[in-house]
Amino acid sequence: MEIDPFIFRLSIFILSIFVGYYVVWSVTPSLHTPLMSVTNAISSVIIVGAIIAALAETSQNIFNESSIFGYLAIILAAINIFGGFLVTQRMLAMYKKKNKNK
Amino acid sequence: MLISPNLSAVFYLISGVLFILALRGLSSPETSRQGNFFGIVGMIIAVTVTFLSVGNFSTGFIFVLVFLLIGGSIGAFIAYRIPMTAMPELVAGFHSLVGLAAVFVAISAFINPGAFNLGSPGNIKLASLIEMSIGAAVGAITFSGSVIAFLKLQGIMSGAPITFKGQHLLNAVILITIIILTYLLCTSQSSSLFWILIAISFLIGFLLIIPIGGADMPVVISMLNSYSGWAAAGIGFTLENTALIITGALVGSSGAILSYIMCKGMNRSFFNVILGGFGATEQTSNDQNKEQRPVKSGNADDAAFLMKNASSVIIVPGYGMAVAQAQHALKEMVDTLKKNDIKVSYAIHPVAGRMPGHMNVLLAEANVPYDEVFELEEINNDFANADVAFVIGANDVTNPVAKTDPQSPIYGMPILDVEKCKSVLFVKRSLSPGYAGIDNDLFYKENTLMLFADAKKMTEEISKAL
Repeated sequence: MEIDPFIFRLSIFILSIFVGYYVVWSVTPSLHTPLMSVTNAISSVIIVGAIIAALAETSQNIFNESSIFGYLAIILAAINIFGGFLVTQRMLAMYKKKNKNK
Repeated sequence: MLISPNLSAVFYLISGVLFILALRGLSSPETSRQGNFFGIVGMIIAVTVTFLSVGNFSTGFIFVLVFLLIGGSIGAFIAYRIPMTAMPELVAGFHSLVGLAAVFVAISAFINPGAFNLGSPGNIKLASLIEMSIGAAVGAITFSGSVIAFLKLQGIMSGAPITFKGQHLLNAVILITIIILTYLLCTSQSSSLFWILIAISFLIGFLLIIPIGGADMPVVISMLNSYSGWAAAGIGFTLENTALIITGALVGSSGAILSYIMCKGMNRSFFNVILGGFGATEQTSNDQNKEQRPVKSGNADDAAFLMKNASSVIIVPGYGMAVAQAQHALKEMVDTLKKNDIKVSYAIHPVAGRMPGHMNVLLAEANVPYDEVFELEEINNDFANADVAFVIGANDVTNPVAKTDPQSPIYGMPILDVEKCKSVLFVKRSLSPGYAGIDNDLFYKENTLMLFADAKKMTEEISKAL
C-alpha cells in the first residue's frame, strides 16, 4: 500500500517543530524582540495561499466571492511581510558592539 | 502552469530552509542581519514560485501586484515610522493581521476548493476540511486576541484584568462548542456552520485575553505569536504547501518557547497566566496593612553625588523607562559617568517591559553597545560588588520579598539582587506598588534613595548635575 502524502507533510511538520525548538533556544535573549518580528514576517508566507485564491479562475469576474478574500489576505500579508522584515532590519541595525576607538 | 508541482515543491522547501536560517542567524547580533536577509530571499522565492505555478498572468495578476504594493507600502511606512517604544503594540498588531489573513485564506478555500485541488464546494476532502477549520479557528482566535492585546498595550483599553463570574466555564463551553462544530461541519459540509465556527472563534479569542493584565503582556504576545504559527501551519496542510508547514511549525514552537521563558521569569505557570486575574485579588488585602513607613527621598544632585563617588554602577531598566522614553537621556547620563572612569553595566530581567527583549531593543536604539547589557544570570552576582544600582522604571523585578516571603504572590520569582548593592537609587513617579500590587521593601531600606520624578526628566537633571 502506498503511503498517504499527508503522512509526509505530517513528518515535515513534526521535524520542523523540533528544528524550531532547538534553533529558538539558541537565540540570544537580547534578540527576542527581533525574533518576534521576524517570525511575524515569515509566517506571512501564508500570502502563497492568498495569491492562489485570488488568481483562481472560476468565472469571468476577477473579484468573485472567493477571490475577494484572497485579495484582502494579500493586503494583510503584504503589510506584515514588508513591515515585519523592515522593522527587524531597523532594529538589528541598532545592535552595535562597543566602539573600541573611543 | 509554468513549472511542475514537483519543482515548485522543491522551491517551497528551499524557502522553508531559508526561514530556518533566518531564525538561526538571531543566535548572535553579528549574524542576525544576514539571517534577516535569508528570510527575505526565502519570501521572494515563495512568492515568485507561486506566481509561476499558478501561471495566470491576466488582469488578475496586475491586481495582485497592485494589492501587494498597497499592503507593502503600508507595511514599510509603519516599519519606518514606528518608535521603538511601541514595538509591543506593533507586534501585537502584526499578529492580528497574520490571524485574519489565515481566516481569509481558509474562507476562500472553503468557497472555492477547486482552486486548491481540494474537491468541489459541498464535497471537500475530509482531511482538508479539518485542516481548514483548524486554520480558520486558530487564525480567528489569533486575530481577536491580538486586537485586544493591541488595545491594552496602546492604552485604549484598560490594562486591568477584566474578570466576571463563570468566565472559565463560559470559555470551556465555547471551546467544546468549537470542537463539536468542527465535527458537524465535517459531516454536513454546511457553509453556515463554517461561518458560525469562525464567529465563535473570534469570540473566544476576545474572551481569552480580556482577563489578562497589562503586565502579563510578555506572555500573551508570545502566546499569540505561537498561535499565529499554528494557524499558518493549519493552512499549510490545507494547501499542501511545505514552506507554510515548516514556517508554521517554526513560529509555533518559537512562540511557545518565548511564553515558557516569560512564565519562568515570573515563576508562574502558563495556566496561571492564561486564566488571568493576577494582582486584582491581592490589592485589597494589601491596602489594610498599609502603614506609613519613612522613606528617604532625594533630588538629582544627591543622585549625582552618589554616582560620582562610585566606581561601578549597574543600571536596572524597566517598563517605566519605556513609558517615559528615557533611554536616550539614560545613555547620555551613562556617557558622562564613563568619562569619570566609572564602570557602568546594564542588568535586564527576563520580563522587564511588555515583550521579550523589549529593554534590549530600547537600549540598542539609544546606541548602548550590546556587550554592556547583561541578562539576569550573567550579572546577578555583580550587584554585591557594585556601588550604586540605578533602578529606572523597574519595581517588582527587584523586590526582595520574592525570596523571603512565601505568602507573597511573587514568591519564587527570580529577581535582580539590587538590595546587595552599597546604595540603591530608585527613579519612580510615586511610591505606588508595581503590577503585582505589593509593596517593595527596598523603598524603605537605609541605603535606598528614592528619586520621585519622571524617569526622563530625572535622568536629564542628573546628567546636568554631573
